[in-house]
Amino acid sequence: MPVYELLIDGASCGSCVKKIETAIQQVEGVEKAEMNFAQRTVSVSTTSNSDALILAVEKAGYNATLSQAENEEQALSEKEAADWVYYKKLMQDMILALSLGVPLMLYGLITGEMSVNSSQEQIVWFVVGVLTLLVMVFSGRHFYVGAWQSFKNHSANMDTLIALGTGTAWLYSMVVVFAPEAIPEMARHVYFEATAMIIGLINLGLAMELKARGRTSDAIKRLIGLQPKTARVVRDGQEIDIDIDQVVLNDIVRVRPGEKISVDGIVTEGHTAIDESMLTGEPMPVEKTEGANVAAGTINKTGSILFKATRVGKNTSLAHIIRMVKQAQNSKPPIGRLADVISAYFVPVIMIIAVVSAMVWLNFGPHPAIAYALVTATTVLIIACPCALGLATPMSVMVGIGKSAEAGVLIRNGEALQTASQITAMVLDKTGTITLGAPKLTDILVTDIMAAKGFTEATILQLAATLESGSEHPLAMAIMETANEKGIEAGTAHSFKAIAGHGVQAEVDGKTLLFGNEKLMRSNKIDLDDFVEQAQQLAAEAKTPMYLSIDNQLAAIIAVADPIKDDSIAAIKRLQDNGMRVIMLTGDNRATAKAVADKVGITEFFAEVLPEEKSAKVQELQAQGEIVGMTGDGINDAPALAIANVGFAIGTGTDVAIESSDITLMRGSLHGLADAIAISKATLRNIKQNLFGAFIYNAAGVPIAAGVLFPVFGLLLNPVIAGAAMAFSSVTVVTNANRLRFFKAEEH
Amino acid sequence: MLMINLAGLLLIALIIWWFWLYKPEVVVIDTSKVDNNEFVITVENGTYSPSRIKIAANKPMSIQFMRKDPSPCAEAVLIPALQISESLPLNKLKTIQLPAMDAGEYDFHCQMNMIQGKITVS
Repeated sequence: MPVYELLIDGASCGSCVKKIETAIQQVEGVEKAEMNFAQRTVSVSTTSNSDALILAVEKAGYNATLSQAENEEQALSEKEAADWVYYKKLMQDMILALSLGVPLMLYGLITGEMSVNSSQEQIVWFVVGVLTLLVMVFSGRHFYVGAWQSFKNHSANMDTLIALGTGTAWLYSMVVVFAPEAIPEMARHVYFEATAMIIGLINLGLAMELKARGRTSDAIKRLIGLQPKTARVVRDGQEIDIDIDQVVLNDIVRVRPGEKISVDGIVTEGHTAIDESMLTGEPMPVEKTEGANVAAGTINKTGSILFKATRVGKNTSLAHIIRMVKQAQNSKPPIGRLADVISAYFVPVIMIIAVVSAMVWLNFGPHPAIAYALVTATTVLIIACPCALGLATPMSVMVGIGKSAEAGVLIRNGEALQTASQITAMVLDKTGTITLGAPKLTDILVTDIMAAKGFTEATILQLAATLESGSEHPLAMAIMETANEKGIEAGTAHSFKAIAGHGVQAEVDGKTLLFGNEKLMRSNKIDLDDFVEQAQQLAAEAKTPMYLSIDNQLAAIIAVADPIKDDSIAAIKRLQDNGMRVIMLTGDNRATAKAVADKVGITEFFAEVLPEEKSAKVQELQAQGEIVGMTGDGINDAPALAIANVGFAIGTGTDVAIESSDITLMRGSLHGLADAIAISKATLRNIKQNLFGAFIYNAAGVPIAAGVLFPVFGLLLNPVIAGAAMAFSSVTVVTNANRLRFFKAEEH
Repeated sequence: MLMINLAGLLLIALIIWWFWLYKPEVVVIDTSKVDNNEFVITVENGTYSPSRIKIAANKPMSIQFMRKDPSPCAEAVLIPALQISESLPLNKLKTIQLPAMDAGEYDFHCQMNMIQGKITVS
């Protein structure tokens, strides 16, 4: 039964809860309605549509809207609208501040005269001081309020530094204006232009950072944009277009060529090809017929189909993916922890450095020491940028995880992203990972004697199908599948006898047939000499040979194999080229395992490994000092995936269980695995560049601002230059993270 | 000069005391008195308010965040020890479900670690 979540407006007291719940419960089809008063939401289990629920709430005197849980697009547009308002505000603040700061700075540069030496100058600079105060109040208010709030909370942030830096410059200048005689003549310089310029430049930096940040969430925007707004459902024999949130479980949905699939479901009628690339990264459209699963957000390419809705609203694969990517984008890899520790102490340390710097200049600086002390302390406060440090990791993670999602690689969190970049050994499960996981009949070899008697591949296949028609063994199913594909119908067998571990025996058309492995043939003394070479050849090709005899004479070999995925060889080579040790694990016998390993270029493999032994193998590798990635189907290999440093669940299309691993590969190709490693490495490289840049910037900028270059080079930084450097250091970090958007995994 | 140097040293001592040594007030959440076991932390002007809360151990509860600060830094809240990372919509309540926690201190902060808070579980 579908569950809707409604947001209630106008509920002001606890008694409203009962009233709203009762109103909803009276709607036909409602089984349960529960209101969360604190959140002002009602959760309703109902077979009716949400319009009826909203109407009932409105009749009770309140307003209701469908919760944002299903409406990521609305949440996104609200966020973008809020960001736009904030951006405009920052730009207005910047223009106001620079319209005072730039003329003042130009005046200072041209005339070189920014000091107070007469009563007229006192009046003029007093007016400028008041104008600067207005800039501080209107354009820089957020810095001062933020700094004060943080101060009250015994914490300090970027606002604290800006407020202190600009505030100190303004206060000193006002002292110069009001009591110039208290300051040595050489130091009667005012710094109003620095205050206005710094406020303007930092607002500009914040606005640019906001813009650049917008681009870091491009991937999630694209995912959210995949969700269509309406669906065409069949109700009472009529096809009607309805809002996506009105689609309920078991609705029959019509999709025509070129349209998007609206919710997850199972095809009930028709045949088509569906482009799933936006979710899985798989470039080729996937054929879908009756019984196949379809996923919301994918595009129907060729035929018109009907499908039954199996997952709607926030339960679709697309909604899961969006939630997971959003969460992962906000998480932090361990590499960011050092920056976190530093940024926690950063601002008070900078304040202390500013005080120490001022004291050193006052004690040992040249005349006028007080002016030098003021300039260096202000510059130290302004140039230090905790934001660049703080932004370094999250911005890259945001882009990297989004980029991965575009390639059909879902990374659970920042830690998985970081560890994936450090993997030294990759363990691959054979069945379903390297191979397709679905055995297929590959060869039918008929003996010359039987061929002379008129037996063909088709007649042999028909006999094999007759013997195996009742079996559910994967090898038997491979035979039945080929027989069905070729339109061959199974005949009738008599005196059927299954011989465990060997095969089967039966009578067909009065003839005694044996079908099974070499042991079955040997125990019945059937001469295999004619086919020894071929059988060895088949085994060497990772195929399992099965023998068919008719009236105690060998008739044919039927070989079954689990084919290796088309691109496994190339993808494994990509992993090995990255210096990774690639190891294969399989429950199969050694000969088959070796053949598969040889074919895909793997030199290390473990055969005949029971499912419960897989995690022990992973631990063995970890004990050797390897950082181990384990790739499997996420269901049978769950314990090994969990114990590995990074577990990769490899899926086939959109059906994969995305909750079961650290990293989920939405498409079956192992190239997804190589892509995941490549993206995580690129992201970590990007984070390191950002962290390095931010550390170096602060480590070099702060001492220079404090004046360490002055004794040797006579160089002292202007506070305005420090403001510009600080503002653009964060923008640089975000821009560098945005470079990841252009990352392309190796061509394949 | 002596006075100025003493003032400077005093200022440094004050910075150390105010930002690192002083233990600010902790808001104790009495879960029996909070509606639906929920509690609101406001994100405004670059701070969490309250920034330090104390809750009972081994008892799951929800806290809500109301973000009034439009700056992008305030956009997400992380509780690393619980592997929680959530986006906070502007001017809307966002509920975060806390699991039953062992006694201890759990930091929460914005993406850039500029806005910080602490949950004390006892």
